[in-house]
Amino acid sequence: MTEVHVIGAGIHPFGRHPDKTGLDQGVFAVREALADAGLAWEDIQFAFGGSSAAGAADAALPRLGLTGVQFINISNGCATGGSSLLSGYWAIKSGEFDVGVVMGFDKHPRGAFNADPEASGLQRWYGETGMMLTTQFFAMKIRRYMDLFGISNESLGRVAEKAFENASHTPHAWRREPVGLNTILGSQMLSDPLTKYMFCSPAEGGAALILASDKKMRELGLTGPRVRGAAVRTRVNGSFEVFSPSLDVERGPSPTQIASVAAYEMAGVGPSDIHVAQIQDTESGAEIMHMAENGFCKDGEQEQWLAEGRTKLTGALPMNTDGGCLACGEPVGASGLRQVYENVQQLRKRADGRQVENAHLAYSQVYGAPGLSAVAILEA
Amino acid sequence: MVATAVADGLFVMKGDQPHLIAARRKSDGRVRFPMPKGPEATLYEAVELPADGKLWSYTVQRFRPKTPPYIGADDDATFKPFALGYIEFPGQVIVEGRILTDDVASLHIGRPMRTVLEPFTTSTRGEVSNFAFIPAD
Repeated sequence: MTEVHVIGAGIHPFGRHPDKTGLDQGVFAVREALADAGLAWEDIQFAFGGSSAAGAADAALPRLGLTGVQFINISNGCATGGSSLLSGYWAIKSGEFDVGVVMGFDKHPRGAFNADPEASGLQRWYGETGMMLTTQFFAMKIRRYMDLFGISNESLGRVAEKAFENASHTPHAWRREPVGLNTILGSQMLSDPLTKYMFCSPAEGGAALILASDKKMRELGLTGPRVRGAAVRTRVNGSFEVFSPSLDVERGPSPTQIASVAAYEMAGVGPSDIHVAQIQDTESGAEIMHMAENGFCKDGEQEQWLAEGRTKLTGALPMNTDGGCLACGEPVGASGLRQVYENVQQLRKRADGRQVENAHLAYSQVYGAPGLSAVAILEA
Repeated sequence: MVATAVADGLFVMKGDQPHLIAARRKSDGRVRFPMPKGPEATLYEAVELPADGKLWSYTVQRFRPKTPPYIGADDDATFKPFALGYIEFPGQVIVEGRILTDDVASLHIGRPMRTVLEPFTTSTRGEVSNFAFIPAD
């Protein structure tokens, strides 16, 4: 069976770049990834790409080269990057192609996302009355979780504190100044219990990966992490998702839980085998809940894990080692690929200043509206 | 309440007491809110919810939502934060709505809540009436 490897990775630093379009940043990332692998665009057999707010990803073609390559635009909310990766994985796994690119970029206006009720299949009044904000959903999901499982405000703060600390070692991160716990806890409350520093911001950036079959990789004389497992799953009855005017009384698992289980099964490994993890942290509460939804701990154990610093760079299972969404911001089309880019750096021992020792298995998970999750497990 | 409703079909009045109109899918009995519009509606039957439920989760919207889609007549300077949450109607469905309270700190999961109407001043249609919930203990 063909194995799929990541033989090149490129990124355009996340943040705000007034002089560059989203497309500029996506093209930059692809060129970086090609250079990392020592390949030319003419070597590329397929591409999957996505952008949520910065135009069609295949607008990169005239700049990269009109080689006739098949380029498919991917649109899957915040999980767009993860979906591009999975598409590229299948393209090679199927035996159809040997080498290709998955890429994503974005550029969002400041502040919370504008949401269109009808585009989400909802009635207009829901948005008109001020109910259609992702921030509210995140706040209410963690509020209930905190009450059910004994999670404190301090734990919310510790997640953000860790993010900015890790980002201070990360060239591609946006907010690279450490922020103290008390500053985080005391900053402006946006949607209780979450303060300003506990939310990520829409941002800009680009990321790209070069995928190749094991045969092609050997032919090229290259090495790179192997994709051991990759899965995308959507919501099931009873999951609690963004933009839900109502919920089932009978509760069910989250899309993250089922995507996680599927990826572990594919990889033939379990959560205790993972050495480093990038998990969706659109706000502090999301990282806490995703720690359990991805199987790393039981519900409620996060309180102790965070107090002991177990997810810090020096801890037993470092998480969001580049600062995650909290410190990198969230350019939707690029965000999931940033996680994988960071894992590639970790597995290739290139994560200067934030390197996790002996990182051999790396995990990434991105969650998106209206309720889907994408997981990838890489092996050095 | 003389103002028109923010949308048709969300609630029905029983005297002074509003009741939300949920929808039960005929095929599997699952209840959702609101009743779907258009061809999808034929798959559901209307279910009038009780006035009272209990708080399932909550937060406070502390900055003015973006327009569009929000149509409040306020602006960033005059916007007043509002609480909102999910109210569980046991055995039926959990519904999201605004919560009317001057004491956000008193909210807690499981607190009894009652359906009410509140005026909502819009920038596009003047004052309309919207459903909301108040603590009922």
